[in-house]
Amino acid sequence: MSFLQQALAIAGKDLRSEIRSKETVNASLSFALVILLLFSFAFDPGSEETHEIAGGLLWLVFAFAGTLILNRSFARELVNDCLDALISSPASGAQLFLGKCLANYVLLMIVECVCLPIFIIFYDVRWPKQAWLLFLVMLLGTWGITVIGTLFSAMTVNLRLRELMLPTLIYPMLIPALIGAIQLSTVLMAGEPLGPDSAFGFKLLIGFDLIFTILAVALVEIVLVG
Amino acid sequence: MSAVAIEGVWKFYGDFPALQDISFNVEGGACLALLGRNGAGKTTLLRMLAGLSKAARGSITILGGDARAEKTRQRIGVLGHGIGIYEELSAFENLRLFARLYGIENPRQVAMEWLERTGLERVSDGLVREFSRGMRQRLAVARAFLHNPSLLLLDEPFTALDDRAIAVLQGLLKGALAEGRTIIMSTHQLREALELATDVALINRGKLAFRGERSREMLEDPGWLYRHYGEA
Repeated sequence: MSFLQQALAIAGKDLRSEIRSKETVNASLSFALVILLLFSFAFDPGSEETHEIAGGLLWLVFAFAGTLILNRSFARELVNDCLDALISSPASGAQLFLGKCLANYVLLMIVECVCLPIFIIFYDVRWPKQAWLLFLVMLLGTWGITVIGTLFSAMTVNLRLRELMLPTLIYPMLIPALIGAIQLSTVLMAGEPLGPDSAFGFKLLIGFDLIFTILAVALVEIVLVG
Repeated sequence: MSAVAIEGVWKFYGDFPALQDISFNVEGGACLALLGRNGAGKTTLLRMLAGLSKAARGSITILGGDARAEKTRQRIGVLGHGIGIYEELSAFENLRLFARLYGIENPRQVAMEWLERTGLERVSDGLVREFSRGMRQRLAVARAFLHNPSLLLLDEPFTALDDRAIAVLQGLLKGALAEGRTIIMSTHQLREALELATDVALINRGKLAFRGERSREMLEDPGWLYRHYGEA
């Protein structure tokens, strides 16, 4: 089997398990909706100030909700020692990591696609004229969250406090990606044209995704086996 | 050439030496019973042979290559403490997944064949979470054997098995030995293990206390080895 086929087999396994158990998507979606609701009490949804920080609020929701999905990514392999069965198979650490990344990416995108329209309604934001660009920002930003989160999920899988450790470790790492995604999303949701600063935002997101994908693929074997 | 060559292997958990200067070979086609009390280091050694952890010092050569090399892992079957089976997948889906990961050409067909061989064909579409303990264990045995491995690493394979699963496993192990495959199994069930074993290694507090062929005395009196080479 090719590199990609093995990664897809692992991704397919994770998605099939999730479709049957629905444990992480339900938890993540409920959590995201609760945060959206709480934010709508904390900030006046109609005010100009809230519209100026709309991108930040949206990505905080995505980052918080994403942690719940990413936390379970490797933890679900602890049941019946399935992680040992995967590591002792011919699938490489990189294939295992990419398979898990793909599954987490799909799940997180589903949660985001449900949350975005609700956010737009709650916060009285106009549907962006360039919605496809906002979707592109979501694709790039979510990949960054997924790559970092999946790698640290593998690192913390054997820790008793992994639910606490994962967000503590990944949020500081995600700052560059979140800065790019927040900046671009705020501009797009305000209906403003993209300026030179926006190009920097895209470069930041693409660079972040590339660098951390390569680093994670190179390091994951050491993380898993030592 | 030896199927497994272990040379001067050390493993530490913090400062605690779990394995100390372990060296021995296992010839191709042999069945080695890896014996020792709880905490002696049997599982630690088997995990290193399976490529699940690395030695702090020393070297391990499996089937002529590194334990973590893809080609080596393709030829190893591992049955550890956990069954390595997914609860939310069906029996068939579990075996098909591992058949794919092991690069088997016809994963569907091979998965069905092994479900039949382990008597699980009638529940092939049932989710593992609904299976009894014995059914799960037979499925785990199928997972470890489905790619026809040249080397089988079994950690306490007979523990908590029901009669049917023991019969299935013993039949498969005898068949594997007849085909010239190599088996290394750690166990506390001395009688079952020594009946199959051609060789024995006893680990005592992380050190190799005995390594040799299985003798008639061991078979007649399974406690003999512990009395002569194990701690009091």
